Amino acid sequence: MISTPTRRPTYYEELRQKGYSRRDFMKFCSMIGAYLGLEASGVAQVANALQKTSRVPVIWLHFQECTCCSESFIRSSHPIVADIILDKISLDYTETLMAASGHQAEAAMQKTMKDSYGEYILCVEGSVPTAEDGVYCCIGGKSAMQILEETAAGAKAVICWGSCACNGCVQAAKPNPTHATPIHKLVKGKPIIKVPGCPPIGEVMAGVIVHIITFGRLPELDRIGRPKAFYSKRVHDTCYRRPFYDAGLFVETFDDANAQKGYCLYKVGCKGPMTYNACGVTKWNNGTSYPIQSGHGCFGCSEENFWDNGPIYRQMANFPGFGIEADADKIGMVAAGATAVGIAAHAIATNFRKKKLIENLIEEGKEAEGEL
Amino acid sequence: MASITEVSPHKLRRVFVWELPVRVYHWLNALAIVALCVTGYLIGDPPAFMSAAEASDRYFFGWIRFIHFAAAYIFFFNFLFRLYWGFVGNKYADWKNFIPTSQRFFKEIWQVLKIDILLQKEREHMSVGHNALAGIIYFFTFLAFLVQCITGFGLYASMSDWWFASLFSWVSVVFGNDEFALRNWHHATMWFFIVFALIHVYLVFYHDYVEGRGEISSMGGGWKFIEEEAFEKFEKEEMAAEQAEKKS
Repeated sequence: MISTPTRRPTYYEELRQKGYSRRDFMKFCSMIGAYLGLEASGVAQVANALQKTSRVPVIWLHFQECTCCSESFIRSSHPIVADIILDKISLDYTETLMAASGHQAEAAMQKTMKDSYGEYILCVEGSVPTAEDGVYCCIGGKSAMQILEETAAGAKAVICWGSCACNGCVQAAKPNPTHATPIHKLVKGKPIIKVPGCPPIGEVMAGVIVHIITFGRLPELDRIGRPKAFYSKRVHDTCYRRPFYDAGLFVETFDDANAQKGYCLYKVGCKGPMTYNACGVTKWNNGTSYPIQSGHGCFGCSEENFWDNGPIYRQMANFPGFGIEADADKIGMVAAGATAVGIAAHAIATNFRKKKLIENLIEEGKEAEGEL
Repeated sequence: MASITEVSPHKLRRVFVWELPVRVYHWLNALAIVALCVTGYLIGDPPAFMSAAEASDRYFFGWIRFIHFAAAYIFFFNFLFRLYWGFVGNKYADWKNFIPTSQRFFKEIWQVLKIDILLQKEREHMSVGHNALAGIIYFFTFLAFLVQCITGFGLYASMSDWWFASLFSWVSVVFGNDEFALRNWHHATMWFFIVFALIHVYLVFYHDYVEGRGEISSMGGGWKFIEEEAFEKFEKEEMAAEQAEKKS
């Protein structure tokens, strides 16, 4: 269990102060337990942990990003998520939502770093530009790189929110002028957890934090550092339109009858088959919908290089090195066509160049035929 | 080099070139490649159906994918078998046909290029099994097999619970966790197979037509019909080589 030197109120105490009932609290624990994939007894563990644990200090940094991760987070389905985690956890320092500003804010961050050295969780939203000594992203006179180095030194663990922090997202797309770099390439020797997505689902973010609070350790991660509970399945495998895929029934254009019938969006560029995320299960906006449900293919926002693997509305990606609109099939068809022409030319040339040889063989064969 | 035109009529001797396992490998491989290319192309670019049928009554795309995966397993294990046979098979199946181990190999590549590809009017070249150029191209083909198996099973790994498929789960990591790119490379490599098949089939017909040794049927019965002169020439070469060895 995580403990801090000075006694702070537990999560439960803070929630009760805010006016939540015991019942609200237990509903939240059950919900988050379900998202985490815990068994029924796990819910009690979550409740227990939140009642006994003092809040974990969190520093939440914003670098090259659009804050859509924070936006997603504060819209997660249960109000306690925002209250418990943003109000109570992250107010130590987060540019978007903290009350303090300027020197006060910087002082708050320094205080957390000093008081809770080795205890706080560092959440990073955004990538870090490394070109030109990091001038492309400076806060309070320091470059993102410097801030990250300072804060990561005393962090218990680092959570990378969103695709920017996990793989660079749009600013790392070719040609990546600022050398936007994901966090795992800069921070070494700390447990790092990646929560990719543009943005990640709010409940997923909450689930990750609650897991750390409840069990005092990181959730089980896959080989590239994403929590298995949310990123072990492809959007394709949990998609409610999957039966249409297996049946071979596809939307051809966004305005055809097949689109009306809700057929599979694979042929209009859905990247669900290559995308690992929980959208098909958890969905968005209180479980209302997700891109495919609203008729638009998944464009793979939680995957590496998804900006460079366009076009968004075509299934085949452009092939690197052959310019725009040159997918593998176009290149292959040109190669096969050229080969066919070459073969035809060679066949014709053979009949001229090897005429004597072929005639001799035919002659010989005819003679033999005559002898029988 | 002995020439087909030198003596006429030719006396031909039947040579057992392709053993049964090689022939079975060849046709299984051909079938698997056709099935894989056709289904693979359809997976990349499925046909448009306007159907009133319920999705639950149809499993068209599911079958396409099933055939692709099943053929992939056949292709892979058949390929492994062929690699094994390269060590235990006859001299025409031996791995040394595919990997250059001598100066002569390169000389023969040049010969074949001149006579069969550039159609120079020189004395016809004679080889019984694979000629050297074919051999080295088969080596590159094996590399393409390998690329296709690795990228294919890499894509398949996350869909299967079998330990064998999950042996390939490292592949997407090598591709920078970028399954889009992995898929793209797998798709592009398919075109190598298509272009290879075009050239391969053409050249088989070419050799049969120009040399009259039963090139096409050799993959059926295993026999090729080789001119008597080739045997005489081979004996002479052997003698010369022995004498050269004695001198040195």
